[in-house]
Order: sequence, then structure tokens, then C-alpha cells
Amino acid sequence: MSSRRAEFWGGVRAQLPILLGTMPFGMIYGIAATNAGLPVEVALGMSLFVFAGSSQFIAAELFASGTPGVIIVLTTFVVNLRHMLYSASLAPYLRHLSRAWKYLLAFLLTDEVYAVTITHYEADSATPAPESSRHWYTLGAGATLWVTWQMSTAAGVLLGAQVPPSWGLDFTLALTFIALVIPTLKDRPTVLAAWVAGITALAGHGLPYNLGLIIAVLSGIAVGVGAERAGWAAPRNTSTTSAERAS
Amino acid sequence: MTTWLTILGMVAVTYTIRLSVIALLGETTLSPAVHSALRYVPPAALSAIVFPAIFMPNGSLDLSLNNTHLIAGAVAALVAWRVRSTLLSIAVGMVALWVLGGGA
Repeated sequence: MSSRRAEFWGGVRAQLPILLGTMPFGMIYGIAATNAGLPVEVALGMSLFVFAGSSQFIAAELFASGTPGVIIVLTTFVVNLRHMLYSASLAPYLRHLSRAWKYLLAFLLTDEVYAVTITHYEADSATPAPESSRHWYTLGAGATLWVTWQMSTAAGVLLGAQVPPSWGLDFTLALTFIALVIPTLKDRPTVLAAWVAGITALAGHGLPYNLGLIIAVLSGIAVGVGAERAGWAAPRNTSTTSAERAS
Repeated sequence: MTTWLTILGMVAVTYTIRLSVIALLGETTLSPAVHSALRYVPPAALSAIVFPAIFMPNGSLDLSLNNTHLIAGAVAALVAWRVRSTLLSIAVGMVALWVLGGGA
């Protein structure tokens, strides 16, 4: 078996357990978007092209409440800004690739794909992947996630109102984020950033257009940076490769 | 039509963020200040979404033990902290919500 093919399937295999969380998440997005009154092609179009679950959820909510497009795009920007960290983290590993590969892999750079990729790329893993073919691993993981996301979204749109709201499946979104946020709380400034953002989000809950969310994220970042500058705790590792893994 | 323009805008900002450093590396690098600030984006953004979902499941602040979403969320956080498994946290949190009789 060629090394490329082995890498590709390795990425597919690594993504499989994560799909158990992605599938209900995608279905619930499909159901929520339909229940919010979004046309089928808009619900599916967001999954095909935006490919960012959390921002799709929030956008569906905002579309339903008649929020201006500019605010929806701004909210998407703030919520997905964390992906710039993933971009910075993977960039050294993708540096040697052609432009086409970089553009392709960037499209697939979600929380889930980043999490398995960075673990695989890091030199201290048990079996470091050869540089010439390891980008196929990211392609395998990303393609698997993308296809699954489309299928589960479509299933959710088809099921629509047939899943009773009493099951509370929409809570899996919050649970997924709880599981993702815990590993990012590495020191006092990150913990403080999380609390400030959370409490600000509660205080700003009634603001129009979900603006409380944007204000909360920016407040959290500002307080985190301020605490770090004030010397509350130096980041244990400022390198882009390992400090943010699994975040 | 405006809906599709909005989605085009969402695609543009999301893709630009993901491509940013990957495309620019070699020509420029992220300044330490920007990188330091980006470190706080995941905890801030994720908490800003999670807090209202668990502290105000019905639209108003509920810190009582009757708030099943808060208890289920706390259980999930404990599992995530001790076990470091995304899947297990989601599963345990969902089961906790159902056992407590929440979800409606």
C-alpha cells in the first residue's frame, strides 16, 4: 500500500469515533434550521459551503429572528476566529505544500479535523508520519467529516419536526462545547477569559441580534490578554505546535 | 437573494480565517501579540455559547437545583476534565439530562 493511501485511510480511521458526536450534531442542526423556517436549500447550502457547525447553528437562529446579514456575518467571524489559531498551528507543517493543497486543506480545517491532525503531525507521536505524504491524513479526516456533515444535515432536514423537542437533542451542542472548552483552560488567564465571556454572555442575553455573544467573546479575550500582561501566569508553552492542541 | 449574500459572507470570513496563516506563512508571520490574543478565543467563544445554554435554559437565569441543564452540564464538564473524552462527556451529559427529567 502506498504511503499516501495509508495516510489517507489513517485520517479516515482517526475521524471515525468523532463522527459519533458529529452525526447527532449535524442532524440537530438540520432539524433546528428547518424548525426555524429556513428553506431546505439554505440549510444544506450552509453545511456545504460554510462547514462550521457552531456558527451554522447560531446563524440559523439569527436568520429566523430576522437579523440583518451584516450582523450574521460579524457573529460568524467572531465565533470562527478560533480557527485562526488552528491555521497558525498547522501552517509550519503545510509550508512545503502546493498552493492548491493549502487552499483545499484550509477549507476542511474544523475543530474535529484540527484535533486529529495536530496529534498525528507532532513529532513526538509514536509513529511520526513522513512529510511527503502526511497531508493525505488531513484530507482523509476532512473528507470523512465533510461527507458525514452533509449526510447528517440532510437527515435532520428530512426528519424535521418528527423528532420531538422533548428529547432535548439540541443540548448536545452545549455539551460538545463543554467538552471542547475544558482542555483550553490551561492556566489562570484562560480560566478568567472563559468566566468573563460566560458571565458577559448571560448579562447581554437580552440584547438585540445576539450582540451579547460578540461583546462576550471580545471581553473574554481582552481580560485574558490583560491578565497575562499583568503576570497572572505565563503561558507554559508559547510555541504554535503543542500549546493549543485539542483546543 | 440577501440570504445567499449573507451565506456568501459567512463562507468568505470562515474560509479567510482558516486559510490566513497557512497561506501567508513564508511571506509573513503572526505577531506574538496577535498569537497571544488568539489563545483566548477558544475559551471565550465556547463559554459565551455554553453559559446561556446551561444557566438560562428557559431564557432567564436559573441557578436552582431544578435547572437540569445546569446539572447535566456540570456532570459533562467533570467527565471532560477527568477523562478528556469528548464523546463520553456528551453521552454522559445527555443521559444525565434524561435521567433528571429535563429536555423539554
